[in-house]
Amino acid sequence: MDDLLVEFLTETNENLAELDVALVKLEREPDDGATLSQIFRLVHTIKGTCGFLGLPRLEQLAHAAENVLGRVRDGVLVVTPGLISTVLAAIDQIKFIVTSLGVAGLEPEGTDTALIARLAVVSEGEASVPSGVAPALASVLVGAAEGVSPAPILKPAGHEMASVEGSGSNQTIRVGVDVLEDLMTLVSELVLTRNQILQLARNHESAAFSVPLQRLSHITTDLQEGVMKTRMQPIGNAWAKLPRLVRDLTMELDKRIELVMHGAETELDRQVLELVKDPLTHMVRNSADHGLEPAAERRAAGKGEIGHIFLNAYHEGGHIVIEVRDDGRGLPVEKIRAKAVAKGLATEVELSGMTESQILRFIFRAGFSTAAAVTAVSGRGVGMDVVKTNVERIGGTIELESTVGKGTTFIIKIPLTLAIVSALIVEAGGERFAIPQLSVVELVRAGMKAVDAQDDGEPIVQLIDQTPVLRLRNRLLPLINLNTLLHLGPDRTNDTDARRFIVVAQVGASLLGIVVDRVFDTEEIVVKPVAPIMRHVTMFSGNTILGDGSVIMILDTNGIARATGIAGTAEARRASEAAVLARTTVHERTAILLFRAGGSAPKGVPLGLVARLEEIETAAIEGMTGEEVTQYRGRLMPIVAMSGTLDLGKPRQSVLVFADAERRLAHDRCMGLVVDEIIDVVEDVVNIQLGAERRGILGRAVIAEKATEIIDTSYWLTQAFADWFDSTGRIGSTVGSRLLAVDDSAFFRQLLEPSLVAAGYQVTSVGSAAAALALAETGARFDAIVSDIEMPDMDGIAFVSRLRSSSCWSTLPVIALTGLATPTQVEAGRAAGFTDYVRKFEREALLASLRQCLAVPTENRLLA
Amino acid sequence: MALLEPGVQGERDVAGQTLVTLIVADQLCGVPVMSVRDILGEQPITRIPLAPPEIAGSLNLRGRIVTAIDLRRRLGVLPASGGAPRMSVVTEQGGDLYALLVDQVREVMTPPESSFEDNPPTLPPAWAEFCNGIYRLQNRLMVVLDIGRILTLSPEG
Repeated sequence: MDDLLVEFLTETNENLAELDVALVKLEREPDDGATLSQIFRLVHTIKGTCGFLGLPRLEQLAHAAENVLGRVRDGVLVVTPGLISTVLAAIDQIKFIVTSLGVAGLEPEGTDTALIARLAVVSEGEASVPSGVAPALASVLVGAAEGVSPAPILKPAGHEMASVEGSGSNQTIRVGVDVLEDLMTLVSELVLTRNQILQLARNHESAAFSVPLQRLSHITTDLQEGVMKTRMQPIGNAWAKLPRLVRDLTMELDKRIELVMHGAETELDRQVLELVKDPLTHMVRNSADHGLEPAAERRAAGKGEIGHIFLNAYHEGGHIVIEVRDDGRGLPVEKIRAKAVAKGLATEVELSGMTESQILRFIFRAGFSTAAAVTAVSGRGVGMDVVKTNVERIGGTIELESTVGKGTTFIIKIPLTLAIVSALIVEAGGERFAIPQLSVVELVRAGMKAVDAQDDGEPIVQLIDQTPVLRLRNRLLPLINLNTLLHLGPDRTNDTDARRFIVVAQVGASLLGIVVDRVFDTEEIVVKPVAPIMRHVTMFSGNTILGDGSVIMILDTNGIARATGIAGTAEARRASEAAVLARTTVHERTAILLFRAGGSAPKGVPLGLVARLEEIETAAIEGMTGEEVTQYRGRLMPIVAMSGTLDLGKPRQSVLVFADAERRLAHDRCMGLVVDEIIDVVEDVVNIQLGAERRGILGRAVIAEKATEIIDTSYWLTQAFADWFDSTGRIGSTVGSRLLAVDDSAFFRQLLEPSLVAAGYQVTSVGSAAAALALAETGARFDAIVSDIEMPDMDGIAFVSRLRSSSCWSTLPVIALTGLATPTQVEAGRAAGFTDYVRKFEREALLASLRQCLAVPTENRLLA
Repeated sequence: MALLEPGVQGERDVAGQTLVTLIVADQLCGVPVMSVRDILGEQPITRIPLAPPEIAGSLNLRGRIVTAIDLRRRLGVLPASGGAPRMSVVTEQGGDLYALLVDQVREVMTPPESSFEDNPPTLPPAWAEFCNGIYRLQNRLMVVLDIGRILTLSPEG
């Protein structure tokens, strides 16, 4: 049988039992509003669930009964025994149908027309069943009136039914949470006692005890796990009904809606799960009803016809985060503003001082509904205020983000009150603390170093005006000393000799280092809330009892970041992003070969590009003008004169030899560029200004305090080899984008970097895939990656698959550069994740490809 | 933030109760026996950083975390001199367990109603706040402590 149905039966049987009692009570005390509300709610629940499960017969019946009760609640009808009898008759019939459902899994044949008609009559206020008629008799009357039905409609709750119920209900039993809680406490105690006994046994070697002890130990562990398990449930259980709900809403609202769920396996405490179930259902319903537009409206807005509702659950720093997102129309700020005024929740003046997000939060106020008309779907007056109250009751928070035309996101954050987490145990100031493993990125050991010490890549602590910071690889992390933060003792981070343990923790998008005295093991801990008196201290997310029986506090890295102002706020994120950006745009000093050729202004070329400097005798140069060659190291090398023509009057020519010999794939090309005079080699930061007016010149840069023209090596290469493309043209639209170039050949990097910089990109280049991945780990940001295919250790294909599978760069465009590409290779490359293929040295093609890749906004790439 | 409702006026009518007697800074005190869950000997207590000074820390009572309150500090008397073992009186309020650290726990007694007196008006304010009255015992006085008020700690201490 369907799991949902089983659950429904269990729940409905309970509700029905409750209903019997409540109805009888109502008959005795017709004015008891609380009982009436309870009855109404129970019948409403049955009706609602039937609707989702597709049980029309039950739904109709419950609906008719609900109508009667609704009118009683509204004060239109008064409670009479006759009315109660009729409702009880309906309840009995519901029981009968539910019992049949339990046996056959289907609603029994037949209809309840007469009973429904009877209920309708009662609800119209014409109840004429004489008072004093016993419920059973009324039922019989109803049954008799039904007449036409082939099967006996009413099998009054006899032994038969009881036995059926008995056999059907032993699959699951419901146990009070407090019973589980007690069990948990006892098991914890058992574990501690077991540990003590094990300790004793170790001291008193006794073979007789060791075997049963071992067994006891295993059983205890299993028991502990079992009890833990009883409390934890995947959030998917709360979502199970949602696809059906959304499907039905699709029909009712005539919209096309797709529900996308992620993280259904995220476990959370059963109790918490129960409490978030209804708010979640409500929010999904809201999204479908109010958030998403009808297909026509979506089409008009240029969106896909199908609206999406995304549910996403995950653990984050001791919390469970549940996101409910839709790609609908977003919240109408103006309407909310107007409504807030109309409802008297705020004045215009107050509103004018509020930010948009503050105004949006009005939807959480009681009695606030944004829908112009309350539709049947949105239920009977339950709003976002109830959702917020429910979430806050379990210590959670609810945030919302909305963009008009783009959609709305609700973010529910619930503390893991009873969830089990793995935690790192550390010590500071003689006290032990637990740091949830989820927020720990890595552990490093670092000490102060003299300022001028060599940067050998070791993490070191450095001071900025007495404030220690951690230099970890190529990132700077703020440091927090736990001793100081918690007032436990003196801060010894600045001691030059001491190497300290630093826990690198992730808070939102930023990293921070927490300095501790010692690091112990990791341990599975059960988070318990802190005493109410300590709730104002945001540094702790709870406390726990360790295996050895001691109580320790659990550190909340988010709280620590907030308390110290490192908070993962948008500003902080932007700042860290800017810092990363700043780092990646700083150019290394580059050795530049300065020379003169055709003109007085010095020209420059990165020294790394030049294989050798040669003096070649003019006589050794052969061939026609413009196609000169010379014999060089046993092969013919094309000679290109930078000034256009060779000065044949000079006995010897200064030649810059460009060679690509270090590349395995290239067929050992080299060329000679004849210049007038070689001046010098200087080291400087090359900052090329855009806009060269001549071919063969990338642009100008100030080198050694002189304006220098940097030559476009690739242009000159094409002059020597016809198959090297002509390279002209500039791009504008994607100027400023950050590129990462990955190539093992220093020659090629030197060639690539200036030409990309000249095209307006900010370029960082690395010599191996491993270096690129290391950069990814530090959080450096780029807009696109240009990578070689054939590299030692990790080739381009492996590199890109790594990026695609797990990396913060997984969505970046990656362009492959290759010498010779067969269609099969191209196919393999694309399959691995390369966005495009460009042949090496085809600068224009590369620039065009980059333009194309970068023109596509990131979001679309994500969807693609 | 008040953790607990302050003791209801009616609770002041304590005459005729059975009390657990204890000693804090040489003063004999009594707490209603019905509000005591456990009496513990010296316990390992974990300090809680940043907690108000009255909070001595937390301890593990059979798998439950108990917040320990130093009664000496709460009553504004000098801390005990060097390392004398302290006992704990465990009580439950609002579903949470609290341990009151005291110097000694003595016998349980039901003093005669006739010996009950209201607080003398000259009682120091720190004591007057937590004191529900005085019993004149044979050779000494016993202060009846209001546990509800003692546990009403504001986070600011």
